[in-house]
Amino acid sequence: MATENVANAAAHSGPTQGEYIVHHLTHLNSTGEAQKSIVDWSVINLDSFVFSTALGIITVLLLWFVASRATAGVPGRLQAAIEVLVEMVADQAKGIIHDAKSRLFVAPLALTVFVWIFFMNAMDLLPLDVLPKLWEGYYAASGHDPHHAYLRIVPSADLNITLAMALGVLSVCIYYNIKIKGIGGWVHELFAAPFGSHPVLAPINFLMQMIEFAAKTISHGMRLFGNMYAGELVFMLIALMGAAWAGTHSLSGGLLFAGHVIAGSIWAIFHILIITLQAFIFMMLTLVYVGQAHESH
Amino acid sequence: MNLNATLFAQLIVFFILVWFTMKFVWPPITKALDDRAKKIADGLAAAERGKHELELASKRSAEVVREGKEKSADVLATAEKRAVQIIEDAKAQAKVEADRIVAAARADVEQEVVRAREQLRDQVAALAVAGAEKILRKEINAGAHADILVAIKQGL
Repeated sequence: MATENVANAAAHSGPTQGEYIVHHLTHLNSTGEAQKSIVDWSVINLDSFVFSTALGIITVLLLWFVASRATAGVPGRLQAAIEVLVEMVADQAKGIIHDAKSRLFVAPLALTVFVWIFFMNAMDLLPLDVLPKLWEGYYAASGHDPHHAYLRIVPSADLNITLAMALGVLSVCIYYNIKIKGIGGWVHELFAAPFGSHPVLAPINFLMQMIEFAAKTISHGMRLFGNMYAGELVFMLIALMGAAWAGTHSLSGGLLFAGHVIAGSIWAIFHILIITLQAFIFMMLTLVYVGQAHESH
Repeated sequence: MNLNATLFAQLIVFFILVWFTMKFVWPPITKALDDRAKKIADGLAAAERGKHELELASKRSAEVVREGKEKSADVLATAEKRAVQIIEDAKAQAKVEADRIVAAARADVEQEVVRAREQLRDQVAALAVAGAEKILRKEINAGAHADILVAIKQGL
């Protein structure tokens, strides 16, 4: 597909390799143009929002479909599969969060996060150019400039999505900090930990705490984003390798095509591990951070 | 990696989905799991109980078989005793009957003897009368000497 795309594009003064990648890394947002500034709250990425919400709805509907038919008798395969997930999450939550009442909220949160992120990451395994190409065709057919038909289909390769989930986890952590320790207790902890309760140490303690919260949240969101973004980029580079063959008819061209097939397969197979692992890591960190919110220093 | 309002939209979706899962997904599945665990535990307990009951039942059945054997041996012994008894009784009865028959026969015989003797007596008397008649026909009237004949007859 990348081959096709670049070849087609080459036919009418198409994109260079750089343009191809930039095009693929530009979100379809509410302005229709690539976002200029780093932060602009008036813009919304339609592609990420639509795909992530749709996948989220698929996630909860799938889980709900199984849950509403769950029997204590002999489970079907789908039920057994979901039960494996639920038990895995429940076990992890039990090991990390010792408050049974908190687990009623945190364990479902972890399950949602895991399955949802898994589905969002799995979008990376769809052929790179299929959906963008279809979108380009539709965009052109509806009378727009196909060069502006941007579409990114992996929501977890959008920092907004991953950081939003990390911030969601942060707000849950703050909620439990206040709920378990009381507002006074938590504020006291902010100034008394980690170096001890002393007026001189209070600002340092507070600074450390703020850094800790910021570091936890940003690394939480960035880790997933970085992995998926890099994965997506590698797929693009592999696609470009195949695309380079399109212009040539030499032996090296043939090798490039073979390289595309082999590297693409290897990376996709490896990516099955990555998408699952990243979803699992995100879920585990969610549990660990919420668990830390339960502990007093 | 630009930040924009997608972040807030995602944050809201995130909490809606978590709420949904907490409300409608987690409880039924964990309930099914707990129920199944309980069912399995109950099943194992029932199996254990069944095994125990089987043991008891086999013990009880062995007891019953033993009792039955004893009882049948008793019955057999009693029956044998009874059979012997019956045979003994029958023998005794037969002996009594035989004695009775023998006695009756003896009585009959004696009666017959008495009757024969009676007849014999009559016939001897008649014979004597006849003899005497023959003797006396010549010299005596039977009618005139009837009292003598009766006296003779009585003397026999």
